[in-house]
Amino acid sequence: MPKITYITPGGERIVVENAIGTLMTAAVANQVKGIEGECGGVCSCATCHIHIDPAWMDKVGPASKVEQGMLELEDHASECSRLGCQVKLTPELDGLIVKVVGR
Amino acid sequence: MSGHCVIIGAGHGAAQLCASLRQEQWEGPVTLIGAEPHLPYHRPPLSKTQLDPDGDTTLQLIRSEDFYTCHQINTKLGVRVSTIDRGRKTVKTDVGEIAYEKLVLCLGSLHRRPPIDGIGHEKVFVLQTAAHAEVLRAAAKPGARAVIIGGGFIGLEVAASLRQRGLDVTVLELAPRVLSRVTSPEVSGYFENLHRRHGVTLNTGVSVTGIKDGGSGLKVLTAGGQEFAADFVVLGAGATANTALAESAGLETANGILVDEFNRTSDPDIYALGDCCNQFRPLYKQRMRLESVQNAVDQAKTAAASLAGKAVPHDALPWFWSDQYDAKLQIAGVSTGYDRVILRGTTELGGDFSAWYYRGEKLLAVDAVNDSLAYAVGTKILKAALHPAQEDVADLNLETKQLHTKAKEQVYA
Repeated sequence: MPKITYITPGGERIVVENAIGTLMTAAVANQVKGIEGECGGVCSCATCHIHIDPAWMDKVGPASKVEQGMLELEDHASECSRLGCQVKLTPELDGLIVKVVGR
Repeated sequence: MSGHCVIIGAGHGAAQLCASLRQEQWEGPVTLIGAEPHLPYHRPPLSKTQLDPDGDTTLQLIRSEDFYTCHQINTKLGVRVSTIDRGRKTVKTDVGEIAYEKLVLCLGSLHRRPPIDGIGHEKVFVLQTAAHAEVLRAAAKPGARAVIIGGGFIGLEVAASLRQRGLDVTVLELAPRVLSRVTSPEVSGYFENLHRRHGVTLNTGVSVTGIKDGGSGLKVLTAGGQEFAADFVVLGAGATANTALAESAGLETANGILVDEFNRTSDPDIYALGDCCNQFRPLYKQRMRLESVQNAVDQAKTAAASLAGKAVPHDALPWFWSDQYDAKLQIAGVSTGYDRVILRGTTELGGDFSAWYYRGEKLLAVDAVNDSLAYAVGTKILKAALHPAQEDVADLNLETKQLHTKAKEQVYA
């Protein structure tokens, strides 16, 4: 499984080797600050807001309609915004770098 | 702050409290006591993905095991607390007495057991814990007949999950409509249609009086003389606050353990949070006992701040969600006591809509079905204590997002 680098709101870089599940679950399992995943990963709370490195947006893909609705009014929402719980980790995402937005 | 902080209960609120206490620089030891043998795990999936034949049934921990080690949280799992001695500041457990400086009760709720003959039958299940989900999963074989007593969130989510597993599902609700405690007839109607469309036999206004074992299966009997055959029954008839421990310790209770705006009970060294407590809500100007993940998590943040000497009154906006089939219901606020509901969109199946609840000119809550944008907009508006004009909400030519912009402008108009 892929290696993912999270950059926390405080600027800390946390590298997760063999990340499993979603960008949210892997972050919670590795205590990445700024990602809460309060709703457990069902796209209901927006506590796992991240910015994807623009170079990776094609591979990660766009947000779904439900996800876009949740993100629409979030602070710091951009074209590179995703909810971590909605990004499944696949081998193609090896090397991905994401910025944690936090609240 | 230091001293020993003891947490009884290991649900969502307790997990958040562990994190928040450390974040707020609580330096003393923290002990988490849970009756179940698991670290705190996500409970909402129990009625959803945990019953999905293709779903992942491994428990999803709220925080990893490493988290508790790293933050020096002492966990005592599979341990029950029998009494609290407030004078000596100790709790009595299966594994001996534990002294506390501060105690936090995260005791949750207990399922209601209506006075139904035969309710104690071994094939009458409830769904509160991982162990319950395992029992239900084992019984939920395709083709089996399930009767669900209660059409609230748990009952309907279980109905959806069991239908998707290919069971024959009947829901019996006492009230004239499903979800009557939490939403309007309009939204209830949508969910009734949704379940019937998926082949659930749904009867409202039905009082279950007995459950009989007929040898080849169960018979669920109603006051109206109807009989429903079942291989098993699931009880989803609401919940009550788990207050026994608090009551025996002499803490004040009334539909939950009474707490102030900092989640302190009538004993300043004991806090309570989540489903088990009852707190005054400035937003709604009344006491409320809420059963939700959000409420437990936000109250844990309030309690932690207060324990660490940085007290901030609790004023979080309540929110809820429910996933049934492909419908996502998201609720911002509490609509209880509304006098007008305005719908945006269609309540026809397959459509997206939101319901905006008012009391007078005041917006109380927004329910959104497959319309997360309306939920997000509603949340933003409610958090800012804005009250959009009703004619704006009713005006479908206005985009949902504009409701927030316009409501902000009205403040200065």
